[in-house]
Amino acid sequence: MNDMTPIKTTLKDWETDQEVRWCPGCGDYAILKAVQRVLPEIGADPAKTVFVSGIGCSSRFPYYVESYGFHTIHGRAPAFATGLKLANPELDVWLVTGDGDGMSIGGNHTMHVLRRNLNTQILLFNNEIYGLTKGQYSPTSRIGTVSPTTPLGSVDRPASPCAFALGSGGRFIARAYDVSKELPNVLKAAHAHQGAAFVEIFQNCIVYNKDVFADFTEKASANIGQLWLADGAPMLFNKGTQGLALDAETLALKVVDVVDGDWQAAGVRVHDVKNRAMAHLLVEMPFGPFPMALGVIYDDPRPTFEAAVVDERTRASAGKTANLAALLSKGQTWTVDADPA
Amino acid sequence: MATVLANGPEALTGGNDEAAAPEAVVVRFAGDSGDGMQLTGGQFTLSTALAGNDLATFPDFPAEIRAPQGTLFGVSAFQINFGSTEIDTAGDAPDVLVAMNPAALKTNVQALKAGGLIIADTGEFNKRNLEKAKYDVSPFEDGSLEKWQVLAFDISALTLEAVKPFGLGNKEALRCKNMWTLGLALWMFDRDRQPLIDWLKGKFAKAPVLADANIAALNAGHAYGETAELAGPLKQYHLAPAESEPGLYRTVTGAEAISYGLVAGAQLAGLDLFFGGYPITPASAILHNLARLKEFGVTTFQAEDEIAAIASAIGASYGGHLGVTSSSGPGIALKGEAMGLAIMTELPLVIVNSQRGGPSTGLPTKTEQSDLYQAVYGRNGDAPMPVVAARSPSDAFECAIEACRIAVQYMTPVMLLTDGYIANAAEPWKVPDPNSFEPFPVAFLEEPNGPDGAVLPYARDAKGARPWIRPGTPGLMHRIGGIEKNPGTGNIDYSPASHQTMTDARRAKVDGVANSIPLQEVTLGEEGGKLAVVGWGSTYGPIHQAVRRARRQGLDVSQIHVRHIWPLPSNLGELLKGYSHVLVPEMNTGQFKTVLRDQFLVDAKPLNKTSGQPFTIAEIEAAIAAALA
Repeated sequence: MNDMTPIKTTLKDWETDQEVRWCPGCGDYAILKAVQRVLPEIGADPAKTVFVSGIGCSSRFPYYVESYGFHTIHGRAPAFATGLKLANPELDVWLVTGDGDGMSIGGNHTMHVLRRNLNTQILLFNNEIYGLTKGQYSPTSRIGTVSPTTPLGSVDRPASPCAFALGSGGRFIARAYDVSKELPNVLKAAHAHQGAAFVEIFQNCIVYNKDVFADFTEKASANIGQLWLADGAPMLFNKGTQGLALDAETLALKVVDVVDGDWQAAGVRVHDVKNRAMAHLLVEMPFGPFPMALGVIYDDPRPTFEAAVVDERTRASAGKTANLAALLSKGQTWTVDADPA
Repeated sequence: MATVLANGPEALTGGNDEAAAPEAVVVRFAGDSGDGMQLTGGQFTLSTALAGNDLATFPDFPAEIRAPQGTLFGVSAFQINFGSTEIDTAGDAPDVLVAMNPAALKTNVQALKAGGLIIADTGEFNKRNLEKAKYDVSPFEDGSLEKWQVLAFDISALTLEAVKPFGLGNKEALRCKNMWTLGLALWMFDRDRQPLIDWLKGKFAKAPVLADANIAALNAGHAYGETAELAGPLKQYHLAPAESEPGLYRTVTGAEAISYGLVAGAQLAGLDLFFGGYPITPASAILHNLARLKEFGVTTFQAEDEIAAIASAIGASYGGHLGVTSSSGPGIALKGEAMGLAIMTELPLVIVNSQRGGPSTGLPTKTEQSDLYQAVYGRNGDAPMPVVAARSPSDAFECAIEACRIAVQYMTPVMLLTDGYIANAAEPWKVPDPNSFEPFPVAFLEEPNGPDGAVLPYARDAKGARPWIRPGTPGLMHRIGGIEKNPGTGNIDYSPASHQTMTDARRAKVDGVANSIPLQEVTLGEEGGKLAVVGWGSTYGPIHQAVRRARRQGLDVSQIHVRHIWPLPSNLGELLKGYSHVLVPEMNTGQFKTVLRDQFLVDAKPLNKTSGQPFTIAEIEAAIAAALA
C-alpha cells in the first residue's frame, strides 16, 4: 500500500454495474465481498486503486471492482503491475491471480515480483484446480487428483504457494480461506505492509473441486484443523488445548498438548512475524499431522523496488539537464564548413 | 574532388564507384575474437570520420564471446569502406586485409580483390595456429597467395619490443598488437593519431601503464610505416574528405540512433520513457544506452524474460509513460501474445526488432530481414499493427521518432524493424536538431467523455484512436482487458455485433495511419520506366549504389526504398504499376515481395540472399542487368 489520504467510501461504491459471472456458490464471491468491505475501511481512493489480473476465474475480479482495472494475459499480471508501479508509484496496486495463473504459467513472474519487492498486494486464489478451462488438475492439486487430463489420478507432487513465495524472497506471507471471518483482517495486514504482500486464499471451486479444503474449513473440523497465527501470541489451536513446539533435536515443529492452559509449560512457541526461520517451518508444515497455519505467517518489510528505482533515477539525474541537442553533439565530432567558393 | 592515391596498387584504384578517380578504399581487419578487432575497427572508424571521409562499416563477429583461440570459427572481422564520395555500403570486396592470425587469413582472403594487399602477422603463423586454421603448409610458402600482394612481418615481436619498457607480462604485452596494427593503418591513410591517444588515456585512466604501453604500440606501428624500407605495396594514401553538407558531424551506430530517437520521440510527445528489455543479441545495446540516460525521464527495467519486458512496457503505457520494448526475432516471438493485448486494449507501445538470421536461435550475430512476416502478421487473431523499417544507422533516429508518433497518435503498438547490420554498423551522422521535429504532444483524458458524465474508454476520435486515460485520474475509473469489449464502455462484450464492430475499428484505425505518412517517393530515378528496384531496411546501401551504377551505364532503372512497411504508403501501388518490372532484393526468401504482390497485384520478382551477410553491390547490379536483358 501507499501512504495516502484516506477517502470515505462504502462497500457499494466499490461495486461495478457488471453482472458477476462466477458459478453460484463459488468461493470467489466471498473474497470479492471481503475485498470490497476492506477497501472503505482502509480509506482507499477508487481513482488511485488498480486491480491487475491474469487469466482464470479469479482474474475476472477487476471487472467487479469500481476502481481502475486491467485484465491482462495468462500469468503475466506481475510484469504489467511492475511497469505500472514504476510509471506511477502513487498507485495502490492489487494483483489477483490463481494457482494456475500464478504458480504454473506465471510462476516465473510471481518469483520475480516477490524477489524485487514491488509494493503491491498479491492475492492468489488457490482452488487446486483449473476452473475456467473445465477442471484439469493444477500445480497445487494433491497427488491422485482425478481430472480430465489425469483420469487415473495425478502423479506429480503439488507446489506450496506460500513456501514458493517465501523462497522467492517474499517479505509478507499470509494465508486465509474464502469464507473466513478473518480474511478481511489478513487483507488489511497485507495492505499495511510496505512491499510485496503475498496472500494465499484457499477458495472452494464448487464445480470442479468441491470441498477440497473441508478438512479444515468445515465447522466440525475447524478447531482441530486451523491454527490462526498472531504476532506475539502463542501458537495454539483446538481451543487452546494444543500448540506448536520446536523439537530442538530435529529442528522441526511438533504438536504438543497443553494442560490447563499452561502453554509455556508445554513449550509452545510464541509467534514472531519477523522470524524467517519459523516462517519456513510454518509454510512447510504438512496438513494432517499438523493443523493448517493461517493468518499472517511472516511480515518483515524491506525497501520497495519502485522506491529504489525512483531513488536511483533521482540520483542519476541530479545536477544534469535533459538537453538532447547537447547529448547528440557530445563526444568526438567534426564540423564540415560551407564551401568558401 | 581529386583524391591522391600516390602510387597505389591497381587494386586500390579499381572497382570504385567513380570510374575515373579512386575515391574509396575498403579495409578489413580480421583476427581472433580475443584480438580486439571490433575495437580496432571502431577506432579506425572514428579517425576516418574525423578525417572527413564518408564511411560505412560492417562488424562481423562470432556468437561465442571467447571462441577457442586461433580457430576458424573464432575469427572476428571489421570491414570499413571509406572515401571522398558518398558511401552507402561497407564495400563489396576489401582492398586491404589485415590478418592477425592464420585463421583470419583463411576465412577472409577469398573476399579480397585480386591484387589487393594482405598485411599479416607472421608471429602468429606458427605450426599450432596453422594446424588450427587447417593449413598444411604456410600460405606464404605454397604460392596460394600469388594473386595478392603480401606484406607479412612479425607484428607480435615488433609489439613486444615497443612495449618492453613498461614491464608488462607477455600476454598483456601482446594485447597491444591491435594498437600497433592500428598505428600502421593510421599511417597508411594519413590519419591523426591524437584522438586515439586521448581515447586510450581515457580508457586506461585507472591503469596509466596500460595507456602508455598501448600508445607506445600505436606510435611504433605508425613509425614502422613511416621509416621501414618496404618495397612495393606499403605506401601512404591520402583520401580527401568527402563532400558533405555543412554542419556538425559524429559517427553513430543504429543502436545509438534508436536510443536517441526514442528519447526524442518521448520528448516530442511530452512523455516519460519506459523501456522494458531482456538481454538478447543484437538488441541489448539499446537497453545499455538508455540505462545511462535517466536524466531524460527514462526508466529502464531489465525484466525476467521477454514476456515480462513487453508486459512491463504495456503496464507503463497504461500508467501514462511511453512504453518501449526491444528484442530480436526469438524474443519478439515470445512477445506475440502481449502485442495482441496492446492491440486489443489500444495502448501505445513501441517494439524494436533488431532482426538476425533465423528461424529459432538461428544466426545470433549475423544479419537478415526475415522477420517481416512476423512483424506484419505474426499474432493470433486479426491483429493489425503499424510497422516502420529503418534503412541505415542514422535513419534509425527518425524512424524511432516516427514509431513513437504513430504509437501515441493512434493508440497502438508499433514495430520498428532494424537488423543486426544497422544495430552494429557505424556511419557519419549530421547531428540533427531535435527542435526541428514537429512535436506531437499527448493529451490525456481528464474529464468524462460520454453523455451524462459517462466514461467511454473506447469512444474514438477522427483518427479512430481511443482516449488515453491514466489510472489515478479522478472520476474516470474503468476496466480494460484482452477480452472483446463493448465499442464504447469497454466492458466485456463478445456479442457478434461487438466483435465485428471492434475488429473493423481496429483495422480501420491502423489502415488510417497511411493518411499521416508521406507519399512514397522515387528514391533515385524516375517515376515510371522499365525497372523499379524496391527495397526496405538495410539493403538501402547496396541497392542505391547498384542502381546508381546501372543508371550511369544508361539503364532505365529506378530505386524505391520503403520506410512504412505497414500500412504501405497509399500511392505505392500506382507508383509500382508505372514500371514494366519490379525487383525486390531482400535478405530473406521473399517476404516483402509477397506483401507487395498481395497488396497491389504487381508482378514483383524476388532477389534473395540468406547467407547472414549483406548484399554486395555487384550482386544487385547483376540482377538489374538480368532483369533488363
